[in-house]
Amino acid sequence: MANAVHIVVCAGIVPDPLQTLEPITGPNGPGLKNEMVLPAVLDPWAASALYEAASLAAKNPGSKVWLVSLGPKAKLQQVMMTVAQKVHFDLVPIDGPIGGFPDAHSTAAALAGAINAIPGLDKAKLLLFGGWESATRGAGVTLQLTGELLSITDQFQGVDQIDLRDDGSFEVLERVEGGKHQVSVCAGTPAVLGWATGNLAEPRNNPQVGMVNMRTIMPALQKAKPATLAANGLRYVSVGLPKQQRTTRVVKDLTPDQIAAELVEWIGAE
Amino acid sequence: MGTVALSETKTMLTLPGDAVRQILWRFADRYDLQMLAQSARAVARGTVARLVASGERNTHEWTPAKAEMLEAFDRSGITAAFMEPEEGGFIVGPKNLALALAAFELAWVDGGAATASLASFLALSPIHERGTQEQVTHYKTLAAPPQPGEDRIPWRGAFALTEPIPYVGVDTGMLSGKVSVAEWKDGEEPWLQVDKRGRFITNIAFANFVTAAVGSIDPRIKGSCVIILEEGDEGSFDRGIPTKKLVHQLSSTGDPIFNMKVPASRIVGGYTVKDGVIVPNFNHGEIIEAVFRRTRVPVGLMTAAKLLSAVEPVIRYQRERFRGAEGAKPGSVRYEQGIQQRQDALHRLVDVWATGEAATSLGFAAARLFDTIEPLEKLKTALLKEQGVQGGRAEMKALRESEQRAIELLSLTPADPRRAELEADPLVDYVLKDAEANVICPATKLWNTGHGANMMREAVSLMGGYGITEDCPGFLANKWMDAQLEATYEGPEAVQRRQLTVTMTSEVFLAEFSAWTADMRRIASDHPGTGACTLASAMHLWQWTLNYLQKTTDPFGNKLYHGQRQGVTFALADALCWLLASRYQILDVLELEARGPEDAVAAEELEGTLQFLSDLCYVQAAQAAGEASRICGELVFGYNQHPTWADEAHRACFMASELEVFEETMPGITAMAVDVLAVDGSHPIKAGPCAGCAGSSEFLRLQNKLTACLSGFRLAKDRAADTVSKVMIPEALDYPA
Repeated sequence: MANAVHIVVCAGIVPDPLQTLEPITGPNGPGLKNEMVLPAVLDPWAASALYEAASLAAKNPGSKVWLVSLGPKAKLQQVMMTVAQKVHFDLVPIDGPIGGFPDAHSTAAALAGAINAIPGLDKAKLLLFGGWESATRGAGVTLQLTGELLSITDQFQGVDQIDLRDDGSFEVLERVEGGKHQVSVCAGTPAVLGWATGNLAEPRNNPQVGMVNMRTIMPALQKAKPATLAANGLRYVSVGLPKQQRTTRVVKDLTPDQIAAELVEWIGAE
Repeated sequence: MGTVALSETKTMLTLPGDAVRQILWRFADRYDLQMLAQSARAVARGTVARLVASGERNTHEWTPAKAEMLEAFDRSGITAAFMEPEEGGFIVGPKNLALALAAFELAWVDGGAATASLASFLALSPIHERGTQEQVTHYKTLAAPPQPGEDRIPWRGAFALTEPIPYVGVDTGMLSGKVSVAEWKDGEEPWLQVDKRGRFITNIAFANFVTAAVGSIDPRIKGSCVIILEEGDEGSFDRGIPTKKLVHQLSSTGDPIFNMKVPASRIVGGYTVKDGVIVPNFNHGEIIEAVFRRTRVPVGLMTAAKLLSAVEPVIRYQRERFRGAEGAKPGSVRYEQGIQQRQDALHRLVDVWATGEAATSLGFAAARLFDTIEPLEKLKTALLKEQGVQGGRAEMKALRESEQRAIELLSLTPADPRRAELEADPLVDYVLKDAEANVICPATKLWNTGHGANMMREAVSLMGGYGITEDCPGFLANKWMDAQLEATYEGPEAVQRRQLTVTMTSEVFLAEFSAWTADMRRIASDHPGTGACTLASAMHLWQWTLNYLQKTTDPFGNKLYHGQRQGVTFALADALCWLLASRYQILDVLELEARGPEDAVAAEELEGTLQFLSDLCYVQAAQAAGEASRICGELVFGYNQHPTWADEAHRACFMASELEVFEETMPGITAMAVDVLAVDGSHPIKAGPCAGCAGSSEFLRLQNKLTACLSGFRLAKDRAADTVSKVMIPEALDYPA
């Protein structure tokens, strides 16, 4: 139990990436067209963080994983029907607005408040996980701000790997330019880790895991506290989708060597 | 877009999502089922779709890649969905809806994958339904996926009923598979010799055990039974050669030959020994009746899933049809709407969609009903046993009083004080639900697969030439062909029609049907846009026709409604299926209207979704009404001799000169007379005088009323088409093609 950690994963929900995303401006500011009725998934980067958290907890007996998520609770419930089957965790839902446009400071405050209220959470053992990026409009600072509000100053971004050592310290691999990783060693918890993709495949659905999780998830959803996120003066001048650049060719039956040669040629041309 | 100007209504914005479906199909409060559906979906759109896309359907043989699919079933909980928690499962209680949902999700991508999952359950079903407790625990535990920490490969099963022709097929009463006593030592359990050839047996390439139907050729064994064979038993367990199916190639099918020696304890349900004769506790007929009653429902839902799965790829194809063409620039109608500029393309897709909705509603209603009946059936058996009543015929006799009480209950007004007493009677509840299940199970299997196959052809046609290629998104051509097998296996269409002709005339069912008709009228008064009134008129017409046909003879004095007269009975069964599917579709939409506002996700833009689904109900109700009207009209008039110009009938006609005289005293009679003879006595050039409607005027009144009840239906179709042209769909299909 020496290396038991308490991992809190912050994860939002986003529209299924295959859906058509069309920004619109409503009375409450910008949003995505029909977002509430589009199928949603756990934000893929944060989902990687969750799977890494579960893996880390499984390797370190006595560890525990919480998933803190802010979104409309009915929507969260739908997403949980899949996510809850993947790995064991306790859900801490916050009933709030959907979308990637609320102010990051308000969001971070709501998350930090919910984390502070988790019964039994030992903040000295805390690893705060989340996504380095987001499939929705990511402010890019929410996780860092949450860490600051929890007084956690050791923060890592673009993480692909963490190795917990026997003495409680851990080694972290952060992505840097050129496809390389920066290796850091941290003396111990608490720390914030914003995950890139990690190294784990998405766990398969297992309804038996889901049934165990659901015993706590459903009551938690029923008791989810509503959060109102203040705009704090944030105003969007305009929103739009990044322009697609697609130069796809459909080619069948090329050998790996031919594909590689073409890629080299293309890189050279760039 | 191709529809005409429409009045302002709310429009459905996106394809109905899980929140809406869970309410429609009544599992919004069952997260175990929601998770199973998600899990099965992941397998279907992942493992299974990749198999199909990579061409695994192009081989009849069982391959390692196909075997991966079974492992995916195990890992995702699909295999365990059949088991109780103590057997390794995770769902408590009846599992008909659970299995139906899993089959629905798998068939959304590939029917063969769904069949492979169902076939294992089918092998276990005889044991589950009628096996001894020992057999149930033993085989279901073996078939359950390994639990964490267990190193075990789960057993797979195959159900061997079908035999090489001329026996099993339409008539499951005859068996060529035989059982005899191989060895019977005093005081010991007998050993049996089993000789069975199977045909088209699913899962046979990898089955570890087989539940086989056999008949006795030994005077020391009575009748027939279902017997469990294991691959390690003494003798020959020959899996035979793979069947060269053109469909469902992701399931294993073959013609096995078994020549084996097994202990008598393998007889499903056990046996007793009477006067030196082994008497199986259940004959094979009793077992397969119990099995098929439930397992046919998921098959019907498989075809329904294909229809709904076709909607998104067809919309995408229609909209993108002209993109890339010289004249189709982004922003132009041609670029944005493609073929959806044309009304026909939209209307035909509305028909496919409406059929899919109706078929799914019917199928899930049947699955839910069996979940309700399962505990009720056990209670019924226990209650009757307390009264000293046991066994099929004795129970049927004992339930007659309950049937009368059920019919009485249906006739009572809501305020009648006797209602509470009858509603509280579990036997009354049982006979009501049993009568309904006896009809909607074969109706699901028959209509969903038969009419569904026709509508899958329509869906394929909407993709143009693309539709019949391997590259067609959604594998629509595969699904079309697969639907034909679904219409055939587990009892072909003729078997379902034959069952319906018996069950749909039960006194209890007909009383229920009358009550449902009245309900539809009540619904129509509150929800005029659902087609409920049209449907009620069609239901009334159907019941009037049945009643008429049951009392009427043909010109030769032969009864019209008779078991052997399938030209009448089967046609009427077909008409009933249309009506039932439409009814359950309407009931589902009402459920959404009632419960949708409680669910924050479903509540979002609910008005538009309700409007669209109601319009689909109207479209389907009108189609059903049209079919019922045509079939009933054919049956009521089709067995009358057409009048001829022969003397007797000839004399009944007016002469032209007579009419001139009558016109003076009865102005307008000339316009009413249809068969007028010329001055020279020659008659109009046609088959004979127009047939009268003596005895059938009430039918014509009802049929006329029904025709008028179609008012508004095409407007609803226009509205639905308008929605189809605007509804938002994802950027790409969520499984590979």
